[in-house]
Amino acid sequence: MNHGYDVSHLLAGLMVVASFALLYQDRITAVLNTFAAQAVLLALAVAWQAWTQDRPNLFITAALALGLKGIIVPVALRRMVFQLGIHRDVEQVVNAGVALMIGLGLTTLSLLLVLKVTKAAPSFTREGLALALAIILLGFLMMITRRNAVTQIVGFMSIENGLILAATGARGMPFVVEVSVAFSVLIALFVFAVFVFRIRERFDTVDLEALDQVRGDRR
Amino acid sequence: MNPGVYAVVLIPLISAPLLALVPGYRVTAAGNVIVCFATFLAGLSLLILPRVVGDFVIVDDLNIFFIILNTFVGFTTSTFSASYIGHEIETGKLTPLFVRFYHAMFQGMMGAMNLALIANNIGLLWVGLELATLITVVMVGIYRTPSALEAAWKYFILGSVGISLAFFGTILIYLAGQGALGEGLPAMTWSRLLAAAPQLDVALLDLAFVFLLVGFGTKVGLAPLHAWLPDAHAEGPTPISAVLSGLLLNVALFALLRYKMLLAAQPLAVKPGQIMIVMGLISLIFAAFMLYQRRDIKRLFAYSSIEHMGLITFAFGLGGPIANFAGLLHMVMHSLTKSAIFFAVGHVAQAKGSQRLADIRGLSVTHPSLAIALGAGVIAICGLPPFGVFTSEFLMLTTTFARAPWLAVLPAFGLLVAFGALILRLQDILFGAPSEPSHKVEASSIPMVLHLALVLLAGLYLPPLLVAWFQRAAELLG
Amino acid sequence: MLATLLALAAQGIQMILVLAVAPAVSGVTRKVKAQLMRRQGAPVIQGYRDLLKLVRKEVVLATNASWFFRSAPYVIFAATWVAAALVPTFASGLMFNWAADVVALVALLGAARALLALAAMDVGTSFGGIGSSREMMIATLAEPAMLLVVLTLALSAGTTRLPGVADFFIGQPLTVRVSLALAMLALVIVALAENARIPVDNPATHLELTMVHEAMVLEYSGRHLAMIEAASQLKLVLYMSLIICLFVPFGMATASAGPVEWFVGGFAYAAKLATCAVVLGVWEVSVAKMRVFRVTDLLAGALVFAFLAILFAFLSKEVLP
Repeated sequence: MNHGYDVSHLLAGLMVVASFALLYQDRITAVLNTFAAQAVLLALAVAWQAWTQDRPNLFITAALALGLKGIIVPVALRRMVFQLGIHRDVEQVVNAGVALMIGLGLTTLSLLLVLKVTKAAPSFTREGLALALAIILLGFLMMITRRNAVTQIVGFMSIENGLILAATGARGMPFVVEVSVAFSVLIALFVFAVFVFRIRERFDTVDLEALDQVRGDRR
Repeated sequence: MNPGVYAVVLIPLISAPLLALVPGYRVTAAGNVIVCFATFLAGLSLLILPRVVGDFVIVDDLNIFFIILNTFVGFTTSTFSASYIGHEIETGKLTPLFVRFYHAMFQGMMGAMNLALIANNIGLLWVGLELATLITVVMVGIYRTPSALEAAWKYFILGSVGISLAFFGTILIYLAGQGALGEGLPAMTWSRLLAAAPQLDVALLDLAFVFLLVGFGTKVGLAPLHAWLPDAHAEGPTPISAVLSGLLLNVALFALLRYKMLLAAQPLAVKPGQIMIVMGLISLIFAAFMLYQRRDIKRLFAYSSIEHMGLITFAFGLGGPIANFAGLLHMVMHSLTKSAIFFAVGHVAQAKGSQRLADIRGLSVTHPSLAIALGAGVIAICGLPPFGVFTSEFLMLTTTFARAPWLAVLPAFGLLVAFGALILRLQDILFGAPSEPSHKVEASSIPMVLHLALVLLAGLYLPPLLVAWFQRAAELLG
Repeated sequence: MLATLLALAAQGIQMILVLAVAPAVSGVTRKVKAQLMRRQGAPVIQGYRDLLKLVRKEVVLATNASWFFRSAPYVIFAATWVAAALVPTFASGLMFNWAADVVALVALLGAARALLALAAMDVGTSFGGIGSSREMMIATLAEPAMLLVVLTLALSAGTTRLPGVADFFIGQPLTVRVSLALAMLALVIVALAENARIPVDNPATHLELTMVHEAMVLEYSGRHLAMIEAASQLKLVLYMSLIICLFVPFGMATASAGPVEWFVGGFAYAAKLATCAVVLGVWEVSVAKMRVFRVTDLLAGALVFAFLAILFAFLSKEVLP
């Protein structure tokens, strides 16, 4: 009865399901909630790894993931969204059905790729890395198919979730990387907040169609 | 114990918040120059202090001159920026508060780049590059005009894509190292990974390099990942364009080179050279053709940067002592020349009040010395003798001819196309009836002239110390 | 000899059992819904009374109804009954085990559905056409999802024969498997869609434009309608048995068991079936019906879950030694 593997597989699998859910959500508040759920799952997955790998410093990473990405970032973005007044907008997600199918293709690709390349690694490293790569690719897909600045931000943050999962799966990656990943989240959030407000200031909208006017100087 | 190593990073990073707090933009600008000079001295000190190979930092043949180059160009750029910023405030493009912010970010960026250069820990290398990228993103958008925001947003999205992929590549490298060196810190130390390279898992290395090439390649500006580069150069303040072209692209390529060395030391791994050759050639030829249709002077030279980065990547992809030597030399020469050109462009933009090529005419009549400087810069970047860029391009072409004659046609073709475009534009800019308006240029010309003089000197006479360094580094690159 | 006799007996008992129990299950669901809405509701045996009433009534046919229209209900009923008889309920040692392949099951149900759809269009009314096209739209997405679910389980159990899968999972220790959870979720969504339950279709509606399944049977009366009603009740029992057999098969008598185990299995099955009926009733009261064009999104979700289930099962198989 391989409990250790089963639980980590469950949590990582649910994170992938959350990434899929992020692909088709229409409403910004729903996207934020799904992202918060994914962050909570990440925190649980990291905490479980901390327990089974017997590496207490991973608990700090789990706490950071939970605090920053599970609570602070969604709450901050939610307040920004309400302040900008876009919480009632329904976003035209570019062809949700096709995006889901492409997402399935990407997940299959990442599984096959990682399994082929990591023949020598222990089982939960292989599984963690494969699912993490799937989450990263799904995050990219989400960034491509979204038209709204806030949801693109969330797409980037979900990529970071996948990266943290991958780093946890690789046993023994030293603390410096965990700190740097958390740090990058802070910086990214700061940059994003600054940008979203500036974009709203200048364009009166956060729809990225407005940002497509200056396409190089091919006018 | 080598204090120079830590000084090179700590001086900028500590001064960053201090500069933000200092009131009065003139004081901050002067402070910026002083701090950059101090960092440059710290960089020079690395020549005399003993070499270091630690768990986190390393000073070896490859990075020592890059650090010196980095700090030097940072110093000259800060001098240029100090005189340029006054004009920006007068025209109302920047408020004094933002200028303080700008200087703080400038130091932050320099510190981050130096961190990436001295890093021996692959995680630290990634952190340095990411920090530098994020700070430049903020600086590109600092004018807060719609087009600046668009450029910064595009840069940010593509930059984060690059960051994430590079990080995943880093994790895979760690996994490969874990197999040979065990868990924890040793598997993240680059020098130890290099020593253990023949035992590293081949499949993991190959996959990792693909991710790293795409991730860091985005920051180098290799086509087709270059989309952020022209806009970022055009919409940011001119000193930032100079730093982007002259320094950040180099540091990103440096990171790629570190990993290429790792792969080269593992004989069973895929040869990274072929992919680099292909990507380099695509960037070179694509950018050369794009030069013809540009209407903005900064975009013109941004595409020129893409072209030269493509050429350098091609040279490193080719490998071997001469090509590596030429690549390293070209990195240094391009850095100096391109930043000099952007300084000149900054002057031109101030003189004419516009960046559009249609508005810039007859410079030789209204601003003769500036015209000479810009002309010299463009001739240098086209690869004409007696400037240093000619030396490196000549070496690259001859060694390609010697090893694969049919392959050499492509870079030669690309260089000729770019040459044509640049000379055409130069003629339009320098000659003909002068266009209105025509202001007096207030920024200092010293940095520009200094860089061009150095490039000219290098073209005429390369000091043996430098040649020996280039050769040793070229050997390391395999 | 004794083994074959036992198997034959088990099979026969099962065939009678599912037929007998089907109206009761629908009755329980209806009763639960009514009670939750603070009505008395019809008694649980009302289903039997309705069937009896319909059988005794006269058949009224349209003038242009063909032989197809008249014979379709019987074939539909037969196909559904065979399918229901194949799914192991209280014991897995049935006579026709060799034919109890899930792919065959899907084929039988698909045939029944195709016949119903065609028969609905036979008379030429527009409501029949609406029902048929909607039913086919739902089926296009539901069937692949169901096959993927089956494949997930077959990947672990090594066979697509239902008794084999059930035996395999009875032998497994109790553990958390995300691929099975996703597969169950997908199968539940497919079951709701196939049985015309909320949120896909309201079985108690009388508004023709909101109907899917009911619209197809509008023209039927008398014993034909009785056959079709019985078939749809059997289908509900079939899907419930399928979910029980695949995901919670505990208590089922294995292939080589005797009558004592059959009783135990029978009680277990009855308890699980009753639970399913009650849960379905509660679910239908709590959730609103979806717009018809949103149903494809729901089923696409089921397809994604099923595909993910396979991917995760594949991953586990590859990675674990």
